[in-house]
Amino acid sequence: MPDVAPDTPDRVASGSGAAGELLLPTVSPRQMAYRRFVTHRAAVGSVFILALLVLFVVLSPLTARYGVNEAVKEPPNYFIPPGGIAWFGTDDIGRDLYSRLIYGVRVSLVIGFFSAIISVTLGCLIGALAGFRGGRFDDVVMRVTDLFLAFPFLVTLLVLRNFLGAVEWLRPVVGDLSSIRFIIVLFSIFGWMSVARIVRGQVLALKEREFIEAARAAGADRWWVVRRHLLPNSVGPIMVALSFAVVSAIIGESTLSFFGYGPQPGAGATSLGLLVAGAKGAVNTGNWWLALFPCGVLALIALCVNFVGDALRDATDPRLDRGEA
Amino acid sequence: MSAVLRVRDLRVTFATPLGDLGAVRGVDLDVNAGEVLGVVGESGSGKSVTFLAAMGLLPATASVRGSVQVDGIELVGASPRELRRVRGRLMSMIFQDPLSALNPVHRVGAQIAEMLQAHQQMGDRAAATRAVELLELVGIPQPADRARQYPHEFSGGMRQRVVIAIAMANRPKVLVADEPTTALDVTVQAQILEVIQRVQAETGTAVVLITHDLGVVARVCDRVQVMYAGRSVERGDVRALFERPTHPYTRGLLDSLPREGLEQLTPIAGFPPNMLRPPSGCAFRVRCPHAIEACGGEVPDLRPVGAQESACIRASELASAAGGR
Amino acid sequence: MLRYVLRRVLWAIPTLLLITFLVYVALRAGTDPLKSYLRINPRATKAKIEQYIEVNGLDPNYVRGYWTWLRNFVSGNWPRSIKGSREVWPQLKDALANSLRLGAAATVVGIFVGIFVGVYAALKPGGRRDVAVNMSAFIGISIPPYVSAIILQLLFAVYWSRWFGSTLFPTSGVYPPGQSGFDLGLMLRHMVLPTLVVAIQIIAVYARYMRSSLLDVLNSDYMRTARSKGISERRVLVRHGMRNALIPVVTIAALDVGAIVGGLIITENVFSYPGMGVYFLSAFGQGDFPLLMPWMVIIVASVLLFNLVADIAYAWLDPRIRLA
Repeated sequence: MPDVAPDTPDRVASGSGAAGELLLPTVSPRQMAYRRFVTHRAAVGSVFILALLVLFVVLSPLTARYGVNEAVKEPPNYFIPPGGIAWFGTDDIGRDLYSRLIYGVRVSLVIGFFSAIISVTLGCLIGALAGFRGGRFDDVVMRVTDLFLAFPFLVTLLVLRNFLGAVEWLRPVVGDLSSIRFIIVLFSIFGWMSVARIVRGQVLALKEREFIEAARAAGADRWWVVRRHLLPNSVGPIMVALSFAVVSAIIGESTLSFFGYGPQPGAGATSLGLLVAGAKGAVNTGNWWLALFPCGVLALIALCVNFVGDALRDATDPRLDRGEA
Repeated sequence: MSAVLRVRDLRVTFATPLGDLGAVRGVDLDVNAGEVLGVVGESGSGKSVTFLAAMGLLPATASVRGSVQVDGIELVGASPRELRRVRGRLMSMIFQDPLSALNPVHRVGAQIAEMLQAHQQMGDRAAATRAVELLELVGIPQPADRARQYPHEFSGGMRQRVVIAIAMANRPKVLVADEPTTALDVTVQAQILEVIQRVQAETGTAVVLITHDLGVVARVCDRVQVMYAGRSVERGDVRALFERPTHPYTRGLLDSLPREGLEQLTPIAGFPPNMLRPPSGCAFRVRCPHAIEACGGEVPDLRPVGAQESACIRASELASAAGGR
Repeated sequence: MLRYVLRRVLWAIPTLLLITFLVYVALRAGTDPLKSYLRINPRATKAKIEQYIEVNGLDPNYVRGYWTWLRNFVSGNWPRSIKGSREVWPQLKDALANSLRLGAAATVVGIFVGIFVGVYAALKPGGRRDVAVNMSAFIGISIPPYVSAIILQLLFAVYWSRWFGSTLFPTSGVYPPGQSGFDLGLMLRHMVLPTLVVAIQIIAVYARYMRSSLLDVLNSDYMRTARSKGISERRVLVRHGMRNALIPVVTIAALDVGAIVGGLIITENVFSYPGMGVYFLSAFGQGDFPLLMPWMVIIVASVLLFNLVADIAYAWLDPRIRLA
């Protein structure tokens, strides 16, 4: 008689030798995704860099060398090139660029993070609903987002910004035109559309799969199906959408600041976008550090988040889960 | 009878992240002119890989050794140009899912014509006419109109007929049908098998029918070859094999078929082998009720036992003991 | 097919009206045309103010106002800019021409090179050149356009002349200041840097897009069928691979083309290139309603037109859509 017990497939046969059979250990989809993710070395590196950055920023009173509005020393203190007194040099009124970068990145990360969370939440709800129910609602959502996303980004951003800022009765909710809260709301309005499309696509694809049919045959109602089956299977694309929402909010904020339409946090505070906007003038006057460091940090953040998002997309690609071999 | 397709000691190994996977571990196979050979086995037995390797359609991660000769032409190690001359002209293959097998953006008639013009000197007009004739041959009504339609406008069974028409366009010596009916309804299955038989009778093509369905084998095949874990375990005339199987695996397959008057089904004990680390010697011995110590020794070859050939070292003694069914 | 096209065209007209109406509302609420006018012309007479209100359709009722504006627009009775009562069309025409030139050059170069690079990478996935292409495309996407614009400006405007004594690629304007008349050589030299900046972004996006689309197609079952037919590898790649892989790329390209004219704002700003982007920024900053509305109409029309083109192209290329 054979040695292997026929009804316990995931136990390794006891004893080696002629009759022993080594069976593969079970791996959950999450573990598979994690394993695939870590093969993307650039992404793993990016995670570290981003974590380091966030740590620096969170510990900002400690990691910054000066206050955000503090001059390095008595005048003349402006446009000092990078050196011992100011690691990244100083700006036009003698403030340390390094410290200002830390505080600025903090503001931008806050903007990016919160607008991404709101966008993704809204987008998931609307996208899942549209995909699940289909019909007129889905059509309308698709048309609207289609057209909105087809227009030049900056134009719609600016027009929307002014419009939003001018609507009196929204003021208590969205805040003042130059406040951080306003920017977060603005980007949330933009962001939910791309996320909704992604989630809708995912729901449409999953809707036809048999396990959904099976769940409904077992008596699950619509909300149960959404919560327990559709959303967990959409985690991959949602996380990808989240990372790209963060990046586009950060870059969007810097673009707005570039043209002077960005947030103006008071009391000399700054954002990454404002610092990058300062690069414009620095080019002409030859103060290269005012251009290099802010642009460099912005590019670094964008690159890292993009790497992570891309690796996440590869790692959670549903096609790879279906039959490998 | 001469062999149009001769396979000798074919070995196909895939390089996987988990190690080398021996999908085909030394297979001998003969297909004679004009006959229908059934190749039977479970998923993972290597039956599809054998013929994909013969046609050179495996990905680069596969290493193929041994000999495959079609009409005397050696295919293993052949140059791409030589392979192209054989494919579609001497040997054709059809696959399981007819929808994904056809290019969705080209008309059906054009896809047949492409096959014709690749291997015969034919003008466009002549090829189009011949394409319509081929559609008629496989039993598609109103062939002239339908030739101008696209694949998605056909039903599953019709599509498979189109696929057959393409494969037979140049009257190949061998047609390999890889589970052509598995994706179709039972009634349509019968029709497709009938089409294959009819076409074969007309052109004299040898057919290799890869399947896991013994019913199909019984209906159309002249000879059968049974594969398990990348090797052949039995082959012979279909009648003889069904009445007096000489290999425990074959016997197990036949025994597990539902029959009238049976109260309980008898599956084969155990599970398919892990092809990364197959058992030594005869791979089936782990599940075989007749296994002895010697079965774990050398990997057994096909040896004549009565009218068939069997790879069981105990074939003759078990045959005389059982004395038929 | 014809009915499909006709239906879409008919839908486009009310959509155009609806969107211009929304734009009208958004601009009126957001930029307060009257206040802007009064800010620039504080000593305007009552008659002039009323004429301004009338011609721009600034009726308190938005719908009626829109209707007035629409009538004026369609009949060619365009209001003049709030600054110095300049005519809108000459300015707009020049800006449009400049942006079209820049956009066309960058788009054509970008899409073709992008597709080519994407195919190049997809043919040997995972190989060295694929990784190289992926990495560069990635960096191209991640660096915001104005960063690359500024870097290029730094390089060519400041440092090149510092090192080499003369400017190779000028970094501002369509012509050097003081140039009159048409000079192709000068114009091209001035276009090099802005075109490069825009093209880099486009190449990066399309390379990745094409690569991913082609990889999908190469893994499909019908590619295996095509190979099993014994046709030449080139035919397999072009007639079966590319033909299918280009479908999504072409439709996206159509959409991008529609938005390109308004999408050059950043680049034009950094390089002081007098196109539609710079026009918009200055008009928007001033709240110059008469300048803004025609600009918007052009943009909206362009986007809707190419949306239509994209839909038609998609249906034409993919019979599954056409006959559904």
